Amino acid sequence: MALYSEKVMDHFTNPRNVGKIEDADGIGEVGNAKCGDIMKIYLKIEKDVITDVKFNTFGCGSAIASSSMATELIKGKPISEALELTNKAVAEALDGLPAHKMHCSVLAEEAIRAAIKDYYDKNGISYDKAQFPDPHGEEEEHNFAED
Amino acid sequence: MKTIYVDNAATTAMSDCAVNAMKPYFKEVYGNPSSLHTVGQIAKEALDGAREKIAKCLNCEPREIYFTSGGSESDNQAIRSAALNGAKKGKKHIVSTAFEHHAVLHTLKKLEKEGFEVTYLDVHSNGLVSAAEVEAAIRHDTALVTVMYANNEVGTIQPIKEIGEVCRKAGVVFHTDAVQAVGHIPVDVKADNIDMLSLSAHKFHGAKGAGALYVKRGIPLQTFVEGGAQERGKRAGTENLAAIASMAAALEEACANMEKNCGKERILRDKLIDGLLKIPHSKLNGDRKSRLPANVNICFEGIEGESLLLLLDAKGICASSGSACTSGSLDPSHVLLALGLPHEVAHGSLRLSLCESNTEEEIDIILEEVPKAVEYLRSISPVWEELEKGLKPHLI
Repeated sequence: MALYSEKVMDHFTNPRNVGKIEDADGIGEVGNAKCGDIMKIYLKIEKDVITDVKFNTFGCGSAIASSSMATELIKGKPISEALELTNKAVAEALDGLPAHKMHCSVLAEEAIRAAIKDYYDKNGISYDKAQFPDPHGEEEEHNFAED
Repeated sequence: MKTIYVDNAATTAMSDCAVNAMKPYFKEVYGNPSSLHTVGQIAKEALDGAREKIAKCLNCEPREIYFTSGGSESDNQAIRSAALNGAKKGKKHIVSTAFEHHAVLHTLKKLEKEGFEVTYLDVHSNGLVSAAEVEAAIRHDTALVTVMYANNEVGTIQPIKEIGEVCRKAGVVFHTDAVQAVGHIPVDVKADNIDMLSLSAHKFHGAKGAGALYVKRGIPLQTFVEGGAQERGKRAGTENLAAIASMAAALEEACANMEKNCGKERILRDKLIDGLLKIPHSKLNGDRKSRLPANVNICFEGIEGESLLLLLDAKGICASSGSACTSGSLDPSHVLLALGLPHEVAHGSLRLSLCESNTEEEIDIILEEVPKAVEYLRSISPVWEELEKGLKPHLI
C-alpha cells in the first residue's frame, strides 16, 4: 500500500516493545480518544538509563508505528538522550510519514517526555519545567475523503 | 493472496457487459454527436439510445435525462438550479438532512454563505428521516427539499415516496441523491414522486466519469456548464459517449438482475452482520430493516478504524471506515456523528459494502479475519484497557 512506507507498515504490523510494564518507573499518556489517538508509554529506568520501554496505543497505523519506532530509539539510552528525541527523528526513522500524519510522531515525542516527567515527579527529582511543556491539543485543517 | 473487495459503495468493478458496451466508442464510433456528418450522426444515435435505456430503467422520458460527469456534478447542478429558481421568486430556504453526501452538503454550505437558509433534519439514531418531519420543516419560502435516497455510509433507505408526496402537496421541488440506490434497489421516479434525481455510473459497474441528472418535465433546469448546445443547452461539453454507453448497459443489466442480486446480497449481508455483532461491544450503525441489501456498517469500541483497515488490507480485504484518520481530518465521519455516535465510538467504524459477485467463502474469511484484527488492536489499546478495567463505562 502506497499510503505508508515499508518501514511504517513493518512497525505497524510487527510493533516492537508493545505491552505494559507492571512496575514501571514512569508512565506517560498523551492524546485523547475523541481525536482518535492515545499513546501510553511505560519506562523502566536504572541509573538514568532507560532499561526497558513498552507502549499501548489506540490510533491509526502511523500512530502505532510511531510508538513502536520511538520506543526502539530510546531503549537502552540515557534519559538525557531520550529527551532529545524529536518527532522529526521518529518520522525520519520511519522513512517519512504523510504530511497529515506528522502529528502521530509528535504524540510519540510527547508521550516519552510525559513518561520521563512522571518518573522525575515520582522520585522527587528536580527538573527544568520549561523542558516539559504541556502537550497541546493541535488543531488541524479539515479535509474530506469521499466515496 | 486473493483480493476480497467489499468497498462497492466507493466504486465497483466494471461488468463485462459495461466494458463491451464501451468498446465501439473508442475507434469505430468516434464521432462527435453534434456533428452533422454520418460519423457524427452514428454517435448521436448511440447517445440517444443510451438515454432511452436509462430513462426506461427510471420510468421517465428520455428528454428528462441529462448526462453529467457523475453524481457530484448532478447534485451540484440540481441544487444550484433549484436554489436559483427559488431565489427568483424570493424563496431562499432549503430542507435537507444532516448526513447527506458532501457533494450536497458542501453545495448547501456555499449557498448558506450566499444568503440561503438551510434546515438540516435530524436523522435520528437509526439514520432515517420521516416524511412528517420534512413536511413540518417546509415553509412558504422553501425552494427545495433534497434528501438522499440511501445513505452511502450506513445504507439506510429513506421514505422517498412519502417525502416526495409531501413535497408535491406543498409545491416544493424535490431532489434526491440516489447515487447509492439506482441499480441496487427499485427506483421509479414517477411512483416515488421525484422531481430531480442524481445517479452515477461507477456505483453499478459502469465506467467512472459518467452520471446523469433526471429532471421532471416542467421543472426548469439552470445551465451548469456554459458552452455548446449539448444536453439541451443545460450542460455544455462533448459527451463522454463511451462512458455513457457503459452506464446505460450497466444500468440495464443491474435492473434486469436486481431481484436476484438483492436476494443474494441480503443473505451475505445478514450473515456478516450477525457474525460481526458477536464481537463484544460492537454495534450496527443504521436501521437494520430499511437498509441497502449490500451495506454493513459496524463500530467496534476501543479501536481506531484506519488501523483495522490496514490489518484487513494486509489480508487482502478491501473495506472502508468513517474514522478521522481515513479522511485526513480530526473528526470522524459526519454521518456517524449525525446518528449521535460519540467521537470515540465513531472512530472505530468499519463499512463493508458488498456486490453480487461476493461469495459466501469470502464472507467466511472476513468473519475469521475481522475478529482477529479487532482483538489484536484491543490488546494494544489503552482505551480498551480502561474500558475493561471499568475505569470508563462502555458506550456500546
